[in-house]
Amino acid sequence: MTSISRRGFLVGATVVGGGLLMGYAATRPSRHQQANEQFGSPESPFLTTWLRIDQDNTVTIYVPHSEMGQGVLTSVPMMAADELDADWDLVNVEQAPVDDQFANGVLVKGFATSMGVTIPSFLNRMADYATLKAAQIMNMQITGGSSSVRFTGEIGMRTAGAAARQMLVESAAAQWGVPAAELETANSFVMHSGSGRRISYGELATTASQLEPPRAPVLKRPDQFTLMGRSIPRTDIPAKVDGTAQFGIDAQPENMLYAAVLNAPVFGATLAAVNNKAAIMQRRGIQAVVELEDAVAVVADNYWRASQAVQALDVSFAGTEYDQSTSDSIFAGYEVALDNEERHDDVVEGDADTALSDASNVITASYRVPYLAHAAMEPMNCTVHVTDNGIDVWTGTQDNLGIRGQVAGVAEVDENQVRVHACYLGGGFGRRLPTSTNTIEQATRIAMQFDVPVQTLWSREEDTRQDYYRPAVTSRFRASFDSNGNLNAWENIYIGKNEPAEAAHISYGVPNKNIRYVESPTHVPFGAWRSVAHSQHTFFLESFTDELAWQQQMDPLAFRLSLLADKPRHRRVLQEAADRAGWGQPLPEGRAQGIALQECFGSVVAQVAEISLRDDGSVKVEKVVCALDCGRVVHPDNAASQVESGIIYGLTAALYGQISIEDGKVKESNFHDYEMVRLSETPDIESILLESPGAPVGGLGEPATPPIAAAVSNAVFALTGQRIRELPLKRYQFLPTPQEDGARSA
Amino acid sequence: MIELTVNGETRRLDIESDMPLLWALRNELGLTGTKFGCGIAACGACTVQVNGNAMRSCVTPVSAVQGQSITTIEGLSAEGLTDVQQAWIEHQIPQCGYCQSGMIMAVSAHLDNNDSSSADETARAISNICRCGTYPRIKRAIASLQEQRRSGGVQQFDPAATPAQENNV
Ligand code: FES
Ligand code: FES
Repeated sequence: MTSISRRGFLVGATVVGGGLLMGYAATRPSRHQQANEQFGSPESPFLTTWLRIDQDNTVTIYVPHSEMGQGVLTSVPMMAADELDADWDLVNVEQAPVDDQFANGVLVKGFATSMGVTIPSFLNRMADYATLKAAQIMNMQITGGSSSVRFTGEIGMRTAGAAARQMLVESAAAQWGVPAAELETANSFVMHSGSGRRISYGELATTASQLEPPRAPVLKRPDQFTLMGRSIPRTDIPAKVDGTAQFGIDAQPENMLYAAVLNAPVFGATLAAVNNKAAIMQRRGIQAVVELEDAVAVVADNYWRASQAVQALDVSFAGTEYDQSTSDSIFAGYEVALDNEERHDDVVEGDADTALSDASNVITASYRVPYLAHAAMEPMNCTVHVTDNGIDVWTGTQDNLGIRGQVAGVAEVDENQVRVHACYLGGGFGRRLPTSTNTIEQATRIAMQFDVPVQTLWSREEDTRQDYYRPAVTSRFRASFDSNGNLNAWENIYIGKNEPAEAAHISYGVPNKNIRYVESPTHVPFGAWRSVAHSQHTFFLESFTDELAWQQQMDPLAFRLSLLADKPRHRRVLQEAADRAGWGQPLPEGRAQGIALQECFGSVVAQVAEISLRDDGSVKVEKVVCALDCGRVVHPDNAASQVESGIIYGLTAALYGQISIEDGKVKESNFHDYEMVRLSETPDIESILLESPGAPVGGLGEPATPPIAAAVSNAVFALTGQRIRELPLKRYQFLPTPQEDGARSA
Repeated sequence: MIELTVNGETRRLDIESDMPLLWALRNELGLTGTKFGCGIAACGACTVQVNGNAMRSCVTPVSAVQGQSITTIEGLSAEGLTDVQQAWIEHQIPQCGYCQSGMIMAVSAHLDNNDSSSADETARAISNICRCGTYPRIKRAIASLQEQRRSGGVQQFDPAATPAQENNV
């Protein structure tokens, strides 16, 4: 085994890196001891914060993340179990209790270091809570940013497993009076081959827990892994095929009532009056009409009765200054902002202004994308029971500790009075981050009026119209080539900077870059949407790059490769995806391919989409080949499943995704007008997972989403000659004959 | 009074005749395996089987299914898992899992009733939404199930043998 030096441990953590290691040494023992007091007992002590070994030789691994379908309850504990040399059959996986002891400091530090010590915006709003000072930002159990395996797994879980293993070995060595170096571990046993002795982890657990954990535990080399790299069946799947998995919506505490809600349709509006309260109260099963600042809830003994009553409400909301706002007015505002507002530097290198003004041919284009809702399959809901001795909460959330703070804040109680019962999430995608969850506080306010539990459940219409949206964005480009045909200037001015900070940066080598942004806030709430700002910028960047290739009459693949001299991982994914897709080979009549590339969340990904046109002129995506380099693959099958999932999520947005604003409100309401890709439109997907030994483990939950819109749009251009500068593709009807290049007016 | 026969058990409920079956199942009978996704028959999360046929329970008033044999995910198999559920595990299909009760009910009914439909026909017939995009795996699972059933590798699923059907006679 290779010793992981302190320096090695700190790779990727150079800025607050010292803090990471010192933090481990300084804070871990106290958290360890406190955890022992609260959740352990002398018979089943905690060896580290995330691990428990019982005397019956079972190992329990607590995962401080939420299972929203990404397999985190398998991939992350596998990493601890592997380092521990635990018998996987004896491993129990549990969601970490919603308690400060399990707050995931490693995750926040991981983000902080990988992003140059900025806290990502989805964490920022947490800092606003009165109960949550900046220092307490560490106290979260966030699931987002494709972070689970990368940070919790690679840093926390592996270290925890390795440290525990080392402590078990030391206590066996002491017990037997032999040097620790003579001992081996496998399948939850410590063995001494010299004497043939063996002892289970369970028998050693109590004495081992007395030892001070090592400061720099020795981690395995990849060739020593026994679990990592294997497709172990997911622990959460059996309960998801027989209907027993408990989602937030499935909470059924005794005597529960149901609340259906009508929120103010215009964001920021307040409730003026409920005009037919008495009539509503006459309806069967209705318990109360609860008036909130910006919503009305009807509480009943059955959800259907509550929702029917909500539909019968006669309500008026106060007018706002946004009542005339439309998607068109918002985009028009963006144009004004792009022309006039102060431009902030994102990346400025060389002198793009001069290069552009000297150029004989400047290529310009303006792109835009609409707002998008998350449309997680399980509509937003939260069940709250306010009692004399605390508050119980049942919900599926991407941050159990975060929502604990929200509930405590609304109810004005201490956080320790709030018990969050973690449930499965019927989809997250960013929607179930506390910063994008407007149901938790509302459900608390409603439940505070009752002494029985109340489940607040939003209709699909409310879910669609009261989201925190992927923003609508406009992005303008200019580029030029020098007299030798080399790309020499890249200018991009876009609306609104978001995380990740590098989303609008390009991997391509261009000597003069001028990437700037202007802010043009709207009244439509912003939320992190799977892959966050990459979801729009990759479409912009990779479409415009494609325009440049065609402009130069170069093959889009060859053009990209020519600009990636110093990026071997990027060249490799492009080449791999292209080879497997048969790029450049003759295609069946009526088909064309498009390619796109992106680096995000620590992974590098390229996709080739092959399309045809249906008789009605709509785009049919036949096949997608995706090559993704995530450094090292922890769980290959789950990785493939995340790639498929990410592509389909992005494809739905590319083909159909559009939230429009009319009279200040969201027009779309349900799946009939906010359409989804279904089984019959699912392309063949081939995912190629590549490793780059030595590279940090990259994310998987998000990287496959961004490139697909550009890959498909670029294929549309190849097939029809129409350049797609605005999504979604359902806006267009295509003619299969190639035409002159030119964007169809929006 | 409404009389519903769910998973072979007959229950009398004092509910409105126009209450959608979904809410009778979830809120009155506590059967939460059947999910709410849209309420307008657009997603399939609420799919149950009525006399072996897939039905979207969010738009099915209880009055329309009185005296019929209703099967939910909880009652899909008398014991153990059906071949469809097993295939769902084998192909590691569910991600968040929320849509999968409805998917499994829809696919099971389709395979039971259409043993010779092509892959394309099946894909068109199963219009359930999965927001996690598990479709590629569902396609593979359906293909392997069709193959299995054709070759008789696994005993043909016999609707007459389900508990719901037994109680329907
Ligand atoms: S909830 Fe019934 S089809 Fe969507
Ligand atoms: S598995 Fe999540 S919606 Fe289908």
